[in-house]
Amino acid sequence: MAYTLEGSTGTWEIVCGLEVHAQVISRSKLFSGASAAYGAEPNSQVSFVDAAFPGMLPVPNAECVAQAVRTGLGLNAQINLWSRFDRKNYFYADLPQGYQISQFEHPIVGTGVVEVTLADGSVKQIGVTRLHLEQDAGKSLHDQDPTRSFIDLNRSGVALMEIVSEPDIRSPEEAGAYLTKLRQILRYLGTCDGNMDEGSMRADVNVSVRKAGEGFRTRCEVKNVNSIRFVMMAVEAEAKRQIALWEDGGEVVQETRLFDPTRNETRSMRSKEDAHDYRYFPDPDLLPLVLDPDWVAQLKATLPELPDAKTARFMRDYGLSPYDARILVMEQASADFYERLATGRDAKQAANWMMGDFYAGLNRTGRSIETSPISADGLGELLDLIADSTINGRIAKEVLEAMIDTGERASVIVDQKGLRQVTDTGAIDAAVDKVLAANADKVAQYKAGAEKLFGFFVGQVMKAMAGKGNPALVNEALKAKLS
Amino acid sequence: MFDLTLSQARDALRARTLSSRELTAAYLGAIDALNPEINAYITVTHDAALASADAADAVLATGEAGPMTGIPIAVKDLFCTKGVLTTAGSRILGNFIPPYESTVTANLLRDGAVFLGKANLDEFAMGSSNMTSAYGAVVNPWTRRGDNRPLVPGGSSGGSAAAVAARLALGATATDTGGSIRQPAAFCGITGIKPTYGRCSRWGVVAFASSLDQAGPVARTVQDCAIMLGSMAGFDPKDGTSADIAVPDFAAACARGVKGLRIGVPREYRLDGLSPEIDALWQQGLAWLRDAGATIVDVSLPHTKYGLAAYYIVAPAEASSNLARYDGVRFGLRADGHDLTELYEATRAEGFGAEVKRRIMIGTYVLSAGYYDAYYLRAQKVRALILRDFTEAFEHVDALLTPTAPSAAFGQGEKMDDPVTMYLNDVFTVPVNMAGLPGLSVPAGLDAQGLPLGLQVIGRKFDEETLFAVGAVLERSAGFTTLPTKRAGA
Repeated sequence: MAYTLEGSTGTWEIVCGLEVHAQVISRSKLFSGASAAYGAEPNSQVSFVDAAFPGMLPVPNAECVAQAVRTGLGLNAQINLWSRFDRKNYFYADLPQGYQISQFEHPIVGTGVVEVTLADGSVKQIGVTRLHLEQDAGKSLHDQDPTRSFIDLNRSGVALMEIVSEPDIRSPEEAGAYLTKLRQILRYLGTCDGNMDEGSMRADVNVSVRKAGEGFRTRCEVKNVNSIRFVMMAVEAEAKRQIALWEDGGEVVQETRLFDPTRNETRSMRSKEDAHDYRYFPDPDLLPLVLDPDWVAQLKATLPELPDAKTARFMRDYGLSPYDARILVMEQASADFYERLATGRDAKQAANWMMGDFYAGLNRTGRSIETSPISADGLGELLDLIADSTINGRIAKEVLEAMIDTGERASVIVDQKGLRQVTDTGAIDAAVDKVLAANADKVAQYKAGAEKLFGFFVGQVMKAMAGKGNPALVNEALKAKLS
Repeated sequence: MFDLTLSQARDALRARTLSSRELTAAYLGAIDALNPEINAYITVTHDAALASADAADAVLATGEAGPMTGIPIAVKDLFCTKGVLTTAGSRILGNFIPPYESTVTANLLRDGAVFLGKANLDEFAMGSSNMTSAYGAVVNPWTRRGDNRPLVPGGSSGGSAAAVAARLALGATATDTGGSIRQPAAFCGITGIKPTYGRCSRWGVVAFASSLDQAGPVARTVQDCAIMLGSMAGFDPKDGTSADIAVPDFAAACARGVKGLRIGVPREYRLDGLSPEIDALWQQGLAWLRDAGATIVDVSLPHTKYGLAAYYIVAPAEASSNLARYDGVRFGLRADGHDLTELYEATRAEGFGAEVKRRIMIGTYVLSAGYYDAYYLRAQKVRALILRDFTEAFEHVDALLTPTAPSAAFGQGEKMDDPVTMYLNDVFTVPVNMAGLPGLSVPAGLDAQGLPLGLQVIGRKFDEETLFAVGAVLERSAGFTTLPTKRAGA
């Protein structure tokens, strides 16, 4: 069922494309040796190249180029063996050169595709138009002083990948799914950390609306949206604004807008008339970027397994449902954790424990897989204790909680707390006798046909045994005594 | 002492018949005496020069001298020199002291050169007369016979050329974007070579037009240029356009001769209205080469006539972008403004001279939306055709011989009414930059007024050696010994 918005004049469809700026993971900047690390003291990671001193020249960083190629390969995209850097000219205080080095006409990566799975389980292909490398600008700080602005050039020259999608997105959900998937692929590839809080991934959202069967209407670009949720909100808010405008007899004008998440609305930043003339031209300081096909093939051969392939393999090898497989594959770290946990164990049970009590425990303590106090082997030991009947499932939940709180090994907790399950039939029989004697009325009802009460008896026996009774033996004993 | 060439001085230094301190002190004294009149230097570094000279003498005493040890030279003020004011001839860099040394000057220092100071130039190397320098015009050491009015030294490396001609340095670094080494060399009666694009690193050289800029030496002889270029050249990983090609023994190539070489004469260089004197000198040059065993061949470079027009699109386009960094924010001149835009406008209005502003405006115009295809893109296509012309010509010949400039040095104030007249000075030199080829200018004779004229040798990419071989034959044949009126030791 296609997503549409109802207006006073009928049904509208959203047309959306995203331009994602993803900061490349690399030790140094795109054209200089200065560190690209986040969070350093202002202006402590600035070379003379980054500050555009006279006579300074850019030299391409091969690692940034490799990261762009890896990303292109991960997006199933065409790798352009010949690409070129251009200058995008404009004046701003945090742009020391007076131009940004970018790739305008000949990007390093051409068309590709990202496959997204929507909530209803349907799968959609979102086209990627291109990916190009460019420099980030510095940062202007306007809030440090009443009359002056400050400039931090640490980010100046850091490598960005601009990934442009086709206008294939038709709903806020699709926009969110595309961005989520893109972020996941980049993180798997290790080419961008996807950290939207720190600005290492941000999106420009192009939105227009149309009625069924129409061509494209004028679009607006909502700049620099910095979370997936805000992107989804911005798509809807901007679409609704445009629908209202059209239905009011007005006309959407092409312009750049900003999204205000607190008021859930977009507002105009600059109109097309005020748009810069960037005077793009090939950067004469840089030769065209020519890639060796063998080098590209080598990068391709060393690419990690990507989410789609891993999901398929998890379903095939571990018998997981598509939903479970997707959840586990969401992050590389959780997928790795799961594989280590599932190897040599009941894979389905491993998935249930991991996504159930283990995730709940991490959530409860505000942690993630990366900061988990329990390793995959540690959780595996717990599952092994269940498998060899040292503890039962109920006790295991208690042990897991203690593991998360203390970081202690499962076997140690079981021993310390004396949680080994009781398999001594004498002790079980005694507990069963006691429970049946104390509940003679229920025994009578059971025998009269209220078979549901069996569970009650099991529960009472387990309670009497402080949860440690072997469930199978308890069942067996109860059945014998009640028959 | 001032009669010594660079290579003779080098020999004397190595023979310890002369110390670098004596030589350097003599040149500093000559600068003090003559520079107020000639204005070839913007900055003179007396103390640093003497200190380097003493250090050079210490090295010479060990017998381990480098190719340039103890040789006092001038550095065009476009090369960044660590701790020494570097102005690019502009007010906007009037207070700029670089914290780094350009690769070319670092190479010279590595080889023992002594820097006397920073040579004057047209602002940001934009000009053919040295009239656009914010630090005053340079005066050509030559004067017309019976006429004391000051002449221009050519440009943009006018300070470098005048310093060498007036014997205020044994050689000088220079740069050439459209003729800025060869034309002033010709105007001042000295030798200069613009090497192949990529031969010398551009790192640390204030950029004018990045795809055309190339450093090279000016000196008194072909041999001196070969020695200096050998020091200046070499691959530099800090410049992405630097060529990873070994530096040959340029000085050795000077002795090769031209026997068996084929020398091309591009027929399109025979412009309407070319002065008969220059034409005659050109023919004379061809005759000298023929006499020395070369074969003269007519060649055609059909796109030459578009070279100048295309150059004056490409160079300003790149300059308009390269000069955007002079914004008053991080270094150099800052003129106050109430907001960022005003700060930019005031700084650049005050900091740049008229010619620089003109080229920034031309460059901005030709790159702007709607004009890019008609100007910049078309100029790039012309550029490709010019290169193809040369490539085809070099299938038949080993080098080309042309005049360096369409006239001898002109007077200060002449050709100033119309920028296009000034731009025409570069008509013979510009195509070489457009094609990235090496070009050498050698003084070959005098015009009727007693002013020097130069001939230009153009070669294949990275074949400077043939240029030095041809240049040395021209130099020997011409026997050019006339000296300018204003000079040290006169």
